[in-house]
Amino acid sequence: MNLGLKKKFKKIALFAGIAFAVSQLGPVVNSVQAATPKNTLVIAKNISDIITLDPAEVFEFTAGELIANIYDRVMMFEPENLTKLVGGVAESYSISADGKTVTLKIRPGQKFHSGNPVSAEDVVYSLQRVIHLNKTPVFIFTQFGWSKENVSEVIKLVDSSTVELTIKSDLSAAILLNSLQAGIGSVVDKKLVMSHEKDGDMGYDWLKNHSAGSGAFSLKVWKANELVTLEANPDYRHGAPKLKRLVMQHVAEASAQRLLLEKGDIDIARNLPPDQAAGLKGNSDIAVDFFPKATLVYLAANREDKFVGHPKVQEALRYLVDYEGMTSSFLKGQYKIHQAFWPSGLWGSLEDTPFSLNVAKAKALLAEAGYADGFKVSIDTLTRDPFGQIAQSIQQTLGQAGIEAEIILSEGKTLWPKYRARKHQLIVAIWGPDYVDPHSNADSFAHNPDNRFESKLTGKLAWRNAWSDAAVNKMTEQASAEVDVSKRTEIYLALQKSLQQDSPFSVLFQENELTARRANVKGLVSGANFDLVFYRNTSK
Amino acid sequence: MSSPSSSGGSGNRSFPPPILLKIFNIIFTLVLTLLGLTAVTFIIGRVMPVDPVVAIVGDRASKEVYDAMFLELGLDKSILEQYFIFLKKTLHGDFGKSIGTARPVLDDLLHFFPATLELATIATFLGILFGVPMGVIAAVKQGKWIDHVVRVIGLFGYSVPIFWLALVGLLVFYARLEWLPGPGRIEVYYDGIVDPITGVILIDSAWQGEWEVFENAFSHLILPSLMLATFALAYIARMTRSFMLDQLSQEYVLTARVKGLSELSVIWRHAFRNVLVQLITIIGLTYASLLEGSVLTETVFSWPGIGQYITSSLFNADMNAVIGGTVVVGICFVGINMISDFLYKMVDPRTR
Repeated sequence: MNLGLKKKFKKIALFAGIAFAVSQLGPVVNSVQAATPKNTLVIAKNISDIITLDPAEVFEFTAGELIANIYDRVMMFEPENLTKLVGGVAESYSISADGKTVTLKIRPGQKFHSGNPVSAEDVVYSLQRVIHLNKTPVFIFTQFGWSKENVSEVIKLVDSSTVELTIKSDLSAAILLNSLQAGIGSVVDKKLVMSHEKDGDMGYDWLKNHSAGSGAFSLKVWKANELVTLEANPDYRHGAPKLKRLVMQHVAEASAQRLLLEKGDIDIARNLPPDQAAGLKGNSDIAVDFFPKATLVYLAANREDKFVGHPKVQEALRYLVDYEGMTSSFLKGQYKIHQAFWPSGLWGSLEDTPFSLNVAKAKALLAEAGYADGFKVSIDTLTRDPFGQIAQSIQQTLGQAGIEAEIILSEGKTLWPKYRARKHQLIVAIWGPDYVDPHSNADSFAHNPDNRFESKLTGKLAWRNAWSDAAVNKMTEQASAEVDVSKRTEIYLALQKSLQQDSPFSVLFQENELTARRANVKGLVSGANFDLVFYRNTSK
Repeated sequence: MSSPSSSGGSGNRSFPPPILLKIFNIIFTLVLTLLGLTAVTFIIGRVMPVDPVVAIVGDRASKEVYDAMFLELGLDKSILEQYFIFLKKTLHGDFGKSIGTARPVLDDLLHFFPATLELATIATFLGILFGVPMGVIAAVKQGKWIDHVVRVIGLFGYSVPIFWLALVGLLVFYARLEWLPGPGRIEVYYDGIVDPITGVILIDSAWQGEWEVFENAFSHLILPSLMLATFALAYIARMTRSFMLDQLSQEYVLTARVKGLSELSVIWRHAFRNVLVQLITIIGLTYASLLEGSVLTETVFSWPGIGQYITSSLFNADMNAVIGGTVVVGICFVGINMISDFLYKMVDPRTR
């Protein structure tokens, strides 16, 4: 062998050696667990929206679903039947003859995670606490005429197993019962919470990141932007949950969620956009589910605006949206067309979809309004997908009728203050009911008793769009005072029809939530409302 | 007329002693920096078109709930007044509570900062370990293939978006080869086993003898720190190369060679020693930028670090957290600057 060859050989041997060493390094540093532990459900989700886990304050999606698994509520939907409202902590109820008093009988033998018994006193404390703390969801209770001043009189302890609730407004007992199913209807462990009270805060500071419930799971830890761990409650009244532990891991990146799911390091990925989910097709280890949600995407026009404030223009707008085009392209699978303010799949929903893209008709309506040549307008919407894409599609179809639209993308934190101050022209936004009763949406979309700017009814979409219609207000009030369900349904259907004809709103789509899971995960229940997600029957 | 001795030449005996003066100087710089930083951040936070009240109460809150929170946050007072209240609280060690985490900001900082520190320190260390020799070799072999390789690596590391690199890294080493674990600082099942003493998991787990946790945390660190290290390495190698080229063309190098010194001695003992001061500056800057600016890497790897914390707090209009985070980053910059100053004096007698 000559010297040159020998040198070359040495080099090759060295490279081979390095390559071998590197390939051996793999298994050495490999501590990847092939699958998640058998008794633990690991969910990847963007959990940065959690800001509190106190049921008197929770109003965010992730926290809403977590407290639904931690606390039993006075009234509940159970995962076994998501359409039937049943007693939770309350075993039964009765409504007085005048429809103004609801008497709750507390289910005997229940225990909090702490071991304390669940009593009527806890129910009274929990409901009164919501009023005293006065946090965002409090409006669900204050609409019954409840306030800090009268709270001890309207939420009353009768005896150790009976609670009496009195309605002081025109609303019906039916709505009250549905409201008790919302997050603020959660029953907290009075003894435990009060033992952590500081400066008369009713345990508010402590309960933000602790739990004191009687639900299927208890909170072990919440580490913001990292994870939430729930532990199964073995003594739950429906029996212990099938899995011992639930870990919700914060993974903000969708592609990272997908990788983790493919490798089996998580069981469920909650935030996969359709393009990422499409990449999972053909993988027999993974299944993709679509859950119909009550979340609506709508286009609204400010009535105070010179151009889009005109009722005829607002009617024209409903014909200037390419509903089909969007749901068959970038919204495919994720959203379906829905054009009334109460989502389909829930009682009282109007399923008609009378509108489709019709530029000629829209042009005629614009001409009637005196804007045959179009005008310039801005569309505000959220930065995240798919809102920008929806706005772009609308921008394009508006252009066909001579309306020149500019899109303004903002984060919610910037957009909502603008919307609440009526400073928008057109807005593409999102809305989901606060509790399962058509009144929740009707109250916001249709009811605006005082349209003055000073009245600041900022929680109501009708007010934000400076729209108030006496007849519509009356109908909404009638429906909310009515006890008979079939009569209520009738009024709500009529109300939805009326808003389709004349209102600042064009409801566009209803969401289908995509969830990807490992094929062995069974029994995940996700209902229409944002907090109807239950994990106690989930197994793997 | 003043004689040299009376004009303050006897520095050793001057009052106050130079060491006190230096400490005073450091404190003064730190206080001034932090005052400026907090003031600017505070004002930006208040003039941003983001409503901190809506950030807390959400968009559906009624006027009553909104107004109550408005008062609770003290927003009815003037900006100046708010700033002084903030300063007073900060001086008592109270940065307030974060909206996003429902914890005191100080606790958050003590929790999130070590995660970034761990990552950035390892990345910078790797960057120096490989970047400096690469830069020196490239300069010495200017125009040869090895120089081209180093320059391409430099260009690659500096221009390829770290976000993309991180995703590809995950795809290759986690998804395909299965050598390394996926995103996260530690496998969720190991969470909570080790008590956070320093907050740096490697140290805490080793200290408490939890070697399984240590191994898991270590394997989670490899990929993100390597990704960040490519950036550090590329920058350090490029700068080392250009500093060295500059020195190698100096006359003293020629003299040294003429004197017959070995090439190794010319390069490392003469030329390299002269680039050290510049190099320290570059390394300091790289380290500082990794400490505050690894947001994208942290996002892709779900790494609970300070970059992600400040960014998500900004989106949440969580100004207490943003200011707290800014102060920490500010302290880092000042601290790293001081260490650099100190190192200058060690390596270059002229700066003493």
